[in-house]
Amino acid sequence: MSKNCQCGEDKICQLNKVIEEHKDMAGALIPVLHEAQEIFGYLPMAVQKQISEGLNISLAEIYGVVTFYSEFTTEPKGKYQVNVCLGTACYVKGASDILDQFKKQLKIDVGQTTSDNKFSMNACRCVGACGLAPVVTINEDVYGKLEADDVKEILEKYRDK
Amino acid sequence: MHIYSSHVLVCSGTSCTSKQSPLLIKKLEDGIKRNKLDKKIQVITTSCLGLCEEGPIVVVYPEGAIYSNVSIIDVDEIINEHLVKGRIVKRLLSGNNEGNNSYESADFFKKQERIALRNCGVINPESIEEYIALDGYQALGKVLTTMTSEEVIDKVLDSGLRGRGGAGFPTGRKWLFAAKAKGDKKYVCCNADEGDPGAFMDRSVLEGDPHSIIEAMAIAAYGIGSDQGYIYVRAEYPIAVKRLNIAINQAKEIGLLGDNIFGTDFSFNLELRLGAGAFVCGEETALMTSIEGKRGEPRPRPPFPANKGLFQKPTILNNVETLANIPVIILKGAKWFKTIGTKKSPGTKVFAIGGKINNTGLVEVPMGTTLREVIYDIGGGIPNGKKFKAAQTGGPSGGCIPTEHLDVPIEYDTLIELGSMMGSGGLIVMDEDNCMVDIAKFFLEFSVDESCGKCPPCRIGTKRMYGILKRITEGKGEAGDIKTLEELAESIQAAALCGLGKTSPNPVLSTLRYFRHEYEEHINDKKCSAGVCKELLDYIIIPGDCKGCTKCIKVCPTKAITGKVKEPHIIHQEDCIKCGACLEACPFGAIIRK
Ligand SMILES: Cc1cc2nc3c(=O)[nH]c(=O)nc-3n(C[C@H](O)[C@H](O)[C@H](O)COP(=O)(O)O)c2cc1C
Ligand code: SF4
Ligand code: SF4
Ligand code: SF4
Ligand code: FES
Ligand code: FES
Repeated sequence: MSKNCQCGEDKICQLNKVIEEHKDMAGALIPVLHEAQEIFGYLPMAVQKQISEGLNISLAEIYGVVTFYSEFTTEPKGKYQVNVCLGTACYVKGASDILDQFKKQLKIDVGQTTSDNKFSMNACRCVGACGLAPVVTINEDVYGKLEADDVKEILEKYRDK
Repeated sequence: MHIYSSHVLVCSGTSCTSKQSPLLIKKLEDGIKRNKLDKKIQVITTSCLGLCEEGPIVVVYPEGAIYSNVSIIDVDEIINEHLVKGRIVKRLLSGNNEGNNSYESADFFKKQERIALRNCGVINPESIEEYIALDGYQALGKVLTTMTSEEVIDKVLDSGLRGRGGAGFPTGRKWLFAAKAKGDKKYVCCNADEGDPGAFMDRSVLEGDPHSIIEAMAIAAYGIGSDQGYIYVRAEYPIAVKRLNIAINQAKEIGLLGDNIFGTDFSFNLELRLGAGAFVCGEETALMTSIEGKRGEPRPRPPFPANKGLFQKPTILNNVETLANIPVIILKGAKWFKTIGTKKSPGTKVFAIGGKINNTGLVEVPMGTTLREVIYDIGGGIPNGKKFKAAQTGGPSGGCIPTEHLDVPIEYDTLIELGSMMGSGGLIVMDEDNCMVDIAKFFLEFSVDESCGKCPPCRIGTKRMYGILKRITEGKGEAGDIKTLEELAESIQAAALCGLGKTSPNPVLSTLRYFRHEYEEHINDKKCSAGVCKELLDYIIIPGDCKGCTKCIKVCPTKAITGKVKEPHIIHQEDCIKCGACLEACPFGAIIRK
């Protein structure tokens, strides 16, 4: 648990390095949480504890911040993150039908992950592709001008990957 | 710098990227190399050019030919015909500029006046040299070497520039307060949190012209006597974050950020801070609390940030688009700036037009342009011959503007009079198929989701309003609902702590003002003529299309359908629970929702 750690592989060491780098920064907590989530994929209690000790901020405060911001999650996410855009431009073009279809196909609600940990579903607000409304992103892929009928086919592509 | 005789600009905005523009770039570069043109022709990736609808977009300079809907198979033709032989490929020209192939004269751009977006789609955003070649950092040089900080603030004051982040507060006044405030340390912050769902103007500036923001922040810092700045940018904008980082490093490298800039004793450092998905953090005090590393809850004002802002020090916060105007104002002067736009709102405004409109994308128009010009002349009108119903501005804080006000000039004050507001520049067009009660519900749901929960009027009030709207759209509206909505709206407006709460009733109030009959129809007649609210629609079998296959009978959970084999079936409305199973089961599309 110190900056002398050389391995650089282990996630815990990586996080320690991040903490070390940010120690003297004003308002370091949120940047550190971003990086921690990048490393671990989510922010379980153990990670929050490590940050609490490293930055000398109470666990309660850290937990308060983690739960305030929707970007941070304390649950692991599925391999594919389905983000259905519910921004205004998408909404007026029928995004809620698309969302319903995803719910039906994946049998999960917004904010949940399928039992095989393959898909997580979220609703987001405007991904900046309003010209293609309604829009859905799955990890880095953007799908635009969707109709409810397209949903099944799109999901198939990821199902057997 | 190497001089190229031709530039090929390929849009790498979100829309075009999702339509395979990265592949186009690769193919173009390969093809240019193959033809040994790589010393003469440069391929540049740009941010959104505003023509997303027709993407992916490729623009070839010096001719300024805009090619739209370009696919991989078109690349060879562009190279062989245009780049090698100099013949424009007419077939691929954007529909907007057929017969007249220059970028500037296309209809879509004719009524536009590009100040904030001046460099977007024109320069390579990852090259500081290109920014400098187009007068970049000249304004900063001029300010640092020839102007006092008072003169800088005077100039901005004189220009009449008002904040583009929503409220329209005069930028010069804000700077003056912070300049006068006493403090050993002062901060300059840029609001790049762009929270309005359905808007992406700021994103385009950040992705297309990041140096203009850095330059403007340095100018602001000199004006108020600060040496440290923060850009608070949404984590959802990874390309913007990347380009800002590149730009900051480039500026540092050549001494345009850091100590003793331009050999003066002015020093300025800049850091990025990423948001984490909380809309309320766009509010100024919440944004500062968030930079401090805490829960981004707004705090009461006064004290105002100009006196006690970030880390309790005097701070100014400006929106991305506001800042993008600053270097131009410094170079071209306040007088010039005031010749554009209206007396009360000089300059331009960028709008992200979306929804039921032919040309979705970004437009920058002089203040005072009418909605009709934006929607019909630039936006190309409503698709599929549908009728315009309303335009929504101001996002969840704004309202809807109906047909009868299409000719009102757009500026801060006129929009407020109409019960909407400028907001950050989202402009969503709605047609006859959109239900206004449903839209109001949509925005209220957003406010409920995003309320930080600090004060009860907002936390509880928005939830109650949402609950009522939800009931109305489900056909359970009651007499008195409209009155209750209005009363709740009034008390939330009066008692909420921050702008999010205070403005959250606006979408309901403005739709009640112009589309009250739609509310009444939902409540009294249990009907939604736009055909949106599912619970208010009936499932009907079209006798002519029904083949009597009985599939629908088998899936109906309430036995609401009857009929004989090979004869048209009927749905008995009194038994139907509107589950939709029959509609999906019918192999002949004979069942509709109406
Ligand atoms: C709930 C809420 C959200 C806001 N979101 C943004 C935003 O995303 N971007 C922005 O520039 N201003 C936003 N504002 C306005 C800012 O509080 C602030 O007025 C603005 O950034 C000041 O910059 P300007 O004077 O240059 O417009 C928001 C305000 C409220 C109340
Ligand atoms: S008005 Fe709403 S968002 Fe603003 S401080 Fe109160 S609860 Fe939070
Ligand atoms: S919508 Fe559902 S309940 Fe109504 S008729 Fe069809 S299957 Fe039956
Ligand atoms: S499924 Fe369609 S075609 Fe078959 S009986 Fe029902 S309505 Fe008629
Ligand atoms: S509203 Fe969905 S991409 Fe903008
Ligand atoms: S993203 Fe390419 S034109 Fe908008």
